[in-house]
Amino acid sequence: MSQQSKFKQIWQYLKSPSSAALWVILALGFAGGVIFWGGFNTALEITNTEEFCISCHEMEDNVYEEYKETIHYANRSGVRATCPDCHVPKKWTHKIVRKIAASKEVWGMLTGMIDTREKFTEHRRALAEREWKRMKDNDSLECRNCHNFEYMDFSEQGNRSVKMHSDALASGEKTCIDCHKGIAHQLPDMKGVENW
Amino acid sequence: MKLLIIIVTILGLSFAVLSQEKVTVNTGSLDTIRGAASLDETRKADPFKRVIKDKNPIARNYVHQPPVIPHQTRGYRIDLNSNKCLTCHGWKYAAETGATKVSLTHFETRDGKVLSDVSPRRYFCSQCHVTQADVRPLVENTFKPVESLTNN
Repeated sequence: MSQQSKFKQIWQYLKSPSSAALWVILALGFAGGVIFWGGFNTALEITNTEEFCISCHEMEDNVYEEYKETIHYANRSGVRATCPDCHVPKKWTHKIVRKIAASKEVWGMLTGMIDTREKFTEHRRALAEREWKRMKDNDSLECRNCHNFEYMDFSEQGNRSVKMHSDALASGEKTCIDCHKGIAHQLPDMKGVENW
Repeated sequence: MKLLIIIVTILGLSFAVLSQEKVTVNTGSLDTIRGAASLDETRKADPFKRVIKDKNPIARNYVHQPPVIPHQTRGYRIDLNSNKCLTCHGWKYAAETGATKVSLTHFETRDGKVLSDVSPRRYFCSQCHVTQADVRPLVENTFKPVESLTNN
């Protein structure tokens, strides 16, 4: 069979009424997919904003108030790191994993686990430890999204920073969160925490 | 006639009241070495001074002077939960970080008992140790440290 007639045969098949129906289904499916995917991603991005995070008073009255005093909230040049910049990974698969894990936090909010300041401070050590572990496990990925070690200019850093960064950090022995705990929020009781 | 007297009295009284209101109030305005300050308005605060970012230890001026802090301490919390200073100046970490070790006198209670860690009365570092900024002194000072302390 020649190549020409083979194409003709396929074209004949595609023109038949039954396959036309298939086309419609495919087109609808494609359009539906685009709408669903776009909607899903838009909704996902809405949950990735500072406004969304502090729409619960647990966040607004506790961690957000503390964060407002720190350099990641306000500084000389106005470059900011908001909640999701540190607490949600940027890469899509990691982000989805984190978002699914965060469904536990929705449960905590519904059951009022930390709905008063007292309850919050009571749980603070456990909450902080979970976040320290997450950052330790991913080698402080969220810090490094902005603070890239490759481009750190040691000549611009203070003596103390140079010593620590060129030693423990450069060798990979330590990661950002090992030393930089409590930079955006207050700390829990640090008894027994390594290096404290 | 009666009406005229009443009108004149009212006018006179209102003038008296008005002229009394013109009496100036003493606002205690004084020219101080920090600038003029008066009671009826809040003086504009001076801009923040830039704290020394990071330097080697600064020599003491007199015996028993708490050494001053030659680096920034912004955001370093000292409270019941944590003490950021001690994560470098504590004996456990001083060798690793190259920081000055906290003096052993800080382990003593006011009764002279030596504890195994920093005593609560010496725990709040910034009560005595302060950061420094390079500024012009408000009052001229000719104080000179004793010879024995000049090279710390």
